[in-house]
Amino acid sequence: MKKSNEPFWWAMFGAGGVLSAFFIPILIFLFALAFPLGWLPAPSFDQLEMLTSSLIVKLFLFALIFLSLFHWAHRFRFTLYDGLQVKHLNELIAVLSYGTALFGTVAAGWVLFFG
Amino acid sequence: MTSNITLEVFRYNPENDDEPSFQSYAVPCNKDWVILDALNYIKDNLDGTLSFRWSCRMGVCGSCGMMINGTPVLTCAKFLKDYLPGPIRIEPMEHFPVVKDLIIEMSDFVDKLKRVKPYIIRKEEQPLSEGEYLQTPAQLAAYKQYSMCINCMLCYSACPVYGLEPEFLGPAAIALGQRYNLDSRDQGKKEREDVISQDDGIWQCTFVGECSAVCPKDVDPAGAIQRYKVESTTNWWKSVLMPWSDK
Amino acid sequence: MKFFKPDQYTIYYKGYPKLYIRVKPIFWWLKKWTSFRFILRELTSLAVGYYAVILILIINAINQGSETFQDFQSWFSSPLAIIINLIALALATYHSITWFSLAPKAMVIQIGEKKVPGFLISGMNYGAWVVLSGALIWFFLK
Repeated sequence: MKKSNEPFWWAMFGAGGVLSAFFIPILIFLFALAFPLGWLPAPSFDQLEMLTSSLIVKLFLFALIFLSLFHWAHRFRFTLYDGLQVKHLNELIAVLSYGTALFGTVAAGWVLFFG
Repeated sequence: MTSNITLEVFRYNPENDDEPSFQSYAVPCNKDWVILDALNYIKDNLDGTLSFRWSCRMGVCGSCGMMINGTPVLTCAKFLKDYLPGPIRIEPMEHFPVVKDLIIEMSDFVDKLKRVKPYIIRKEEQPLSEGEYLQTPAQLAAYKQYSMCINCMLCYSACPVYGLEPEFLGPAAIALGQRYNLDSRDQGKKEREDVISQDDGIWQCTFVGECSAVCPKDVDPAGAIQRYKVESTTNWWKSVLMPWSDK
Repeated sequence: MKFFKPDQYTIYYKGYPKLYIRVKPIFWWLKKWTSFRFILRELTSLAVGYYAVILILIINAINQGSETFQDFQSWFSSPLAIIINLIALALATYHSITWFSLAPKAMVIQIGEKKVPGFLISGMNYGAWVVLSGALIWFFLK
């Protein structure tokens, strides 16, 4: 019997769903709205630089970015099937969405560990 | 004096029609009538050519499912008066081919139901002399909810994924597979996994959740599918990371 | 006929009447509120992906030094950015709410004959979410 590959993608979709559900709203609120717009006193540049140089923070951010990207890729792939009925482009859409997520993951690894 | 309510009924006669049409009937809106009573009133008094399925008229047989104002329901379980002032639009269950009027073709579902092997599978039957297979109340509680399914197929009509991808095994068949997987007497989980944990099985489901919303028996097929996904994913990673655990 | 394969059932369908097949319109999800809500829930993934990219850009800006970082920060104050970020925040919050409310469907815990009620499992998730978010705000403000 053919084994489905979906469990592999679904595991990342699920893990990314959990991590992003917990952390993304508050991070958008703080770093995209509250700090730049001065709603809350922003941490100084030096503080941020120190924070992102710690290995634990780096690993956490990498996991969050990597899994969030694959969460997006998997869910968006199925949204296209459900919403626009493009299942016949299955292979193309899978390659494009997971490929984009992989590209973003490499970029995240680069800026975090080699930047 | 009871007022009237209008029923707009989907009509399709395969012998004469290429396209379906809607026909309106005014029926008395008795406060203790369900929609099925109104359809029977039409059949008996207004138009004998109207065809529809029904049997028990008490939410057990699962044959009177129809689309009422776009939602799949058992017509024996919905009161006319709750739809006042009307009109009520009555269509055959969505996603199934129409045979005539409100009657749909259900072979696809029956075929899928057979594929999940919805019966107790034993590696070896225990001899009669050893008595019955015993089960504790807790073991019964593990699957009881899923055993309430009456095969009314409302969940298939509610599921957009089934409407888009007819190969999808679908809510009720997967929930019934789970019903036997979770039964302490059953040993057929592996056989069912070959059918259920496939691309056209649970992995086609995008958890719309409508199947559980329309289920008249609170079976919660959407929940059954998500549980299966979690378990199936765990098994998949186990067999990749620890191949020796796969016997 | 993609749905129905009469050849499988020839024995039953000799002289069978012609069936009427209904086709699902492409924009079926605009016809019903529950369907639209579902597609909206699925589209929250865009906000999640968007913010993953923003995080990469913020980290990159920090790496580049304080001037680049300041330039990048000022982009957040443009009206367009504010609108995009408010929409992203709304979608991301909707993702969290739906994710936690559906968690009990995938996680069923049975103790004895009773199943742990779903609202307890969701409730624990919501609680952890609030505590974590509060802890992060406290961490950055102290």
